[in-house]
Amino acid sequence: MSTVETPGTGYVGQAMKRKEDPRMITGGARYVDDIALPGMLYAEIVRSPEAHATITSIDASAARERPGVVAVFTGEDLADDFPGPMAAVWHPPGVEMNTPPLWPLSRSQVKHVGEAVAVVVADGRYAAADAVEDVVVDYEPRPVVVDPEKALQEGSPLVWDEFGTNRTHEWTVSGGDIEAALAEADVTVEQRFVNHRTAGAPIEPRGAIGELRGDSLTLYSSTQIPHIARFVLSGVLGVSEDKLRVIAPEVGGGFGTKLQVYPEEALVLALAKRLGRPVKWTESRSENMTTTHHGRDQVNYVTLGAKRDGTLTGLKVRTVADLGAYQMLLTTFIPTLGFPVMGGAYKIPAIDITIEGVFTNKFCTDAIRGAGRPEATYWIELTVDKLARELGMDPIDLRRKNFIPREEFPYDTPLGITYDSGDYHGTLDKLLERFDVDAFRREQAELGGRGVYRGVGFSTYVEVCGLAPSRAVGPKGVGLHAAYWESAMVRVHPTGSATVFTGASPHGQGHDTSFAQIAADRLGVDPQNVDVIHGDTDQGPWGWGTYGSRALAVGGEAVARAAEKVQEKAKRICAALLEAAPEDIEMADGKFQVRGSPDKSMTMADIAGAAHIPPQELPTDIEPGLEETAFFDPENFVYPFGAHACVVDVDAETGKVSVVRYVAVDDCGPAINPKLIDGQIQGGVVHAIGQALYEQVVYDSEGQLVTGTFVDYALPTAAELPGIETDRTETPSPVNSLGVKGVGEAGTIGATPAVTAAVLDALRPLGVEWLEMPLTPRRVWEALKEARGRGAGPPPTEQGQEVSEHGGGGAGSGPTGPEEAGAS
Amino acid sequence: MSATVHVGVSVNGERRESDVEPRLLLVHYLRDVLGLTGTTVGCDTTNCGACTVHLDGAAVKSCTVLAVQADGAEVTTIEGLASGSELHPLQEAFWEHHGLQCGYCTPGMIMAAADLLERNSNPSEEEVRHALDGNLCRCTGYHNIVEAVMAAAGREVPA
Amino acid sequence: MIPADFDYTKPAAVDEAVKALADAGEDARLLAGGHSLLPLMKLRLAVPSLLVDIGGLEDLRGVERENGGWWIGALTTHSTLQSTDELGVVARAASLIADQQVRNRGTIGGSLAHGDPAADLPAVLLACGGEVTARGPGGERTIPASDLFQDYLTTALAPDEVLTEVRLPALDGWSWGYEKFNRRSEDWAMVGVCALVKASGESCEDVRIGLTHMGSVPLRASAAEEALRGQPLDAEHVSQAAEQAAEGTNPPGDINATPDYKRHLARVLTRRALQQAAGV
Repeated sequence: MSTVETPGTGYVGQAMKRKEDPRMITGGARYVDDIALPGMLYAEIVRSPEAHATITSIDASAARERPGVVAVFTGEDLADDFPGPMAAVWHPPGVEMNTPPLWPLSRSQVKHVGEAVAVVVADGRYAAADAVEDVVVDYEPRPVVVDPEKALQEGSPLVWDEFGTNRTHEWTVSGGDIEAALAEADVTVEQRFVNHRTAGAPIEPRGAIGELRGDSLTLYSSTQIPHIARFVLSGVLGVSEDKLRVIAPEVGGGFGTKLQVYPEEALVLALAKRLGRPVKWTESRSENMTTTHHGRDQVNYVTLGAKRDGTLTGLKVRTVADLGAYQMLLTTFIPTLGFPVMGGAYKIPAIDITIEGVFTNKFCTDAIRGAGRPEATYWIELTVDKLARELGMDPIDLRRKNFIPREEFPYDTPLGITYDSGDYHGTLDKLLERFDVDAFRREQAELGGRGVYRGVGFSTYVEVCGLAPSRAVGPKGVGLHAAYWESAMVRVHPTGSATVFTGASPHGQGHDTSFAQIAADRLGVDPQNVDVIHGDTDQGPWGWGTYGSRALAVGGEAVARAAEKVQEKAKRICAALLEAAPEDIEMADGKFQVRGSPDKSMTMADIAGAAHIPPQELPTDIEPGLEETAFFDPENFVYPFGAHACVVDVDAETGKVSVVRYVAVDDCGPAINPKLIDGQIQGGVVHAIGQALYEQVVYDSEGQLVTGTFVDYALPTAAELPGIETDRTETPSPVNSLGVKGVGEAGTIGATPAVTAAVLDALRPLGVEWLEMPLTPRRVWEALKEARGRGAGPPPTEQGQEVSEHGGGGAGSGPTGPEEAGAS
Repeated sequence: MSATVHVGVSVNGERRESDVEPRLLLVHYLRDVLGLTGTTVGCDTTNCGACTVHLDGAAVKSCTVLAVQADGAEVTTIEGLASGSELHPLQEAFWEHHGLQCGYCTPGMIMAAADLLERNSNPSEEEVRHALDGNLCRCTGYHNIVEAVMAAAGREVPA
Repeated sequence: MIPADFDYTKPAAVDEAVKALADAGEDARLLAGGHSLLPLMKLRLAVPSLLVDIGGLEDLRGVERENGGWWIGALTTHSTLQSTDELGVVARAASLIADQQVRNRGTIGGSLAHGDPAADLPAVLLACGGEVTARGPGGERTIPASDLFQDYLTTALAPDEVLTEVRLPALDGWSWGYEKFNRRSEDWAMVGVCALVKASGESCEDVRIGLTHMGSVPLRASAAEEALRGQPLDAEHVSQAAEQAAEGTNPPGDINATPDYKRHLARVLTRRALQQAAGV
């Protein structure tokens, strides 16, 4: 037994190296697919090649005959194993919602490519993969609709006949008199935006293992939400929650895709129950692209009005959100999640939002990093840019004119939302210290003279996170049938080391480190001696998981509160032992001492020893042990913000866009660990650069997925990117005692408009006024060609181009094979 | 099923002998047969690089090599990169510079970077970025990965 | 993603490989670096019954200068090519193939035998006027690049022939330019252009231009070559010639590019590659 050394305090704020890294840099981290249980079987799923069809027959006899195959099940075979369908948790009061049941295996019909129709279980990965090929499914194809706006038109094929419409729901929110506001505007600008469909694409695909021991089930899953998964799956499977344990081991990135309860998780549990052996399913990347939920996929019609001097008067938005064929956990809610920040960083007296959800024969959309806020930020920022051009104002000046001033926080928006704190001028000022706009404009002009098209775009975003005040978002609030508090339990061991149990469940964020820093300061121990346990429903209190940039602002606050409870008890013990009054005990240099008397002090190790092996001096009204739990439900969201500048070069001949510089100044309150903040921003910004320039989930008109692998779904690599320059301001939030706001999604939320605006800025001399993401070389080239066709911009460098048409037969490239050629 | 093939591979300095299906991918040999799960799988199409190991000293994507092709070869995985308890400079640098978040791409990223530093001990930032273009990371935006590789090479890290 | 079952043999000599192929029939495939074949097998787009692994045939590795040209063993990796600066445009093109891990495994012979029009080396071989040697049951034959590539993923190699070596003329006195256009550096070429120029004084004595991914096979930009040959080697003439780079091509469309866009890219990249080669 070794006694823990007493450190100083002040770990919060330090750029500590991460505690989780030693296992990860040596190959010692254990992800779901790394787990092998005795007797484990492997499941592979037979998936529909049809986007919409009736299943007429399934013949699994050949598959069952294959060596190594243990069982094959269809949806009908397992109908009794799933008393309830998968969960969709948003039921807004007063809104009619068309929600079809989603079963772990399809029952007689398929509504999107990749839908699970049967499962093969074999004694090895390879045997299972072989057997899938032998399951013969006959489909009777039905008409397909993939375009959400066409899906709303009269006569469109219906995804679900029983609803008589492809509209899932309509949701509205408004504040102020929008018609009057737009009528009194001197200028209004309108723009249609497409927030295209994207994939979260964590590098670890999903995976799940079901295990039955006695009458208890265990699920190992690559999930962001083990507790919610248990809650939901207990209903799907009809088992008591106490008989179901969910473990999220190391999780290799989530980005919202693992904020979900998936059919495969239910399936491996049902299979383990039926077969009495552990069953593992490991997602392939192709499956990940096909049936791990997508994100975005909205069309937004935006109208923004202003007085001639630039004062904003009103904002009206109608959104058509493509939700895909089913509704998963938060599918319907994600477009609405952005509503608190749809007015951006600006004072807008009247705002009116309408969101229509639509079924299509595509996979479901749901939360992907940012989840509703990147979409909103994209259109509000670019609409402000457009308004600035319309008014002949500098877009930065227009922003400053309309920023909610620092002194007006907390600020009530017309939508009944309260922004907690902010200093929008502050981040913009700091950005402009690092990014000299005048120098850039000189450089731009000089380069333009040489035919190099360089542009800059700005974004001054506000994000809403720290999900969430349960009363505001719960059943009688926004209508989520869930709550979003978080829990922590802090246990100090007899030697003075500590364990923190958190209900948040990380997948790269660094909770092990930042939560240890928070606890360490309050306990007077070294964070190296604070272990953080997460991702196991059998360990620690109930919790809601990690998503929505909530872990620190809600879960971290719970850790702080639990640690403070421990500290209070430690002070009482200390006071008893030092014969002082509890209120006279203070923490100084990591020790507990009688106020002003450093010679009368105890370390946490001393106190913890006494707490566990109570000496006679300890009063009997102090319970033994040193362990406390806290639950924290915030009273408001938190609203991080920032100012970003992106510089791009556009090759005006080929249309290729290169990001040459990116500067991000963000404010997420006081830093717990600046290293982790920078990392989150850098990753988030690059995620958005991917969305803006490279990535798109593409279905063809038949509902076939064209971007089924990383060949076609183009995540940017290091070679395409510059370094991301980061800086911060720190404006505390009043919502939690740490003053912190979330930062996991901020980069992704803030960056797409900056990138797009930069490309538009670069191309304006060539007559290009508008472009939709992703700004691929072909799209940019087509826009340039169209501009030249209008006679805009300088003369072309080339002559005699014929008008472009899509298609063309012949060959595709690479291993995707010839059958994908010609897709466009 | 076709006849199994005997393979003898030196993995992280240790001789391993197995009879395997010819189609067994090297990555599954390492993970499922030898239990070396540090090498991960992130795609089906030789894009992501998570499965990068060294085969006779050169970085390869072990999802696109058959175990039988490694017969007689030396394989180094992330588990074999450190010298005993002393981390490889790249491991130290990834740790120091926060070059990883979820950790899933990290073994492959480090092995690819080690291959670069073997060939070019003094790379420029551009050379580092180009050398890592076969490794996808979704968490870091690559910024700190590049910084870590530069640092491990003893170069001043980019701003 | 797991390949379907297959049999495996690892011959110790080329003739053994030829025999194994001949005995097994059309469903047998050669395995070298495996970086064209294994990805297809993992997606089960290729399901060979037998793999004949020639990875152990060390005689087929290496780069040598001989008879005024270059001998390159079929098993020579892209990585070796990339670090052999004397190979000029071949080294440059090899350095841009996929990523380093792929270049460490992928071989020149495998790339040429696969016949993917989106791959870099076929158009380079074509522009350089290279040839390959194939050994089959009937002995050895030489196949010039202009005959090798027959259709999408189809070459003149018979199923029982082994591509053993690649020969390139030294091209002394020629200069080169190479342009590859893709969205990400690890991607296949949307369009690629290999330009070789032989100057005579101020004028273009000869020019050869290879195009990647502008049809079902790598192509020569013959009209552009014709337009530049014998003309002054200046920016204006290079640009004019490049305007004809897409003539006679039939580029496949895909998710990234329409045929029309590719023709445009071919013109732009040809001009740039010629400019590099000509130093104008």
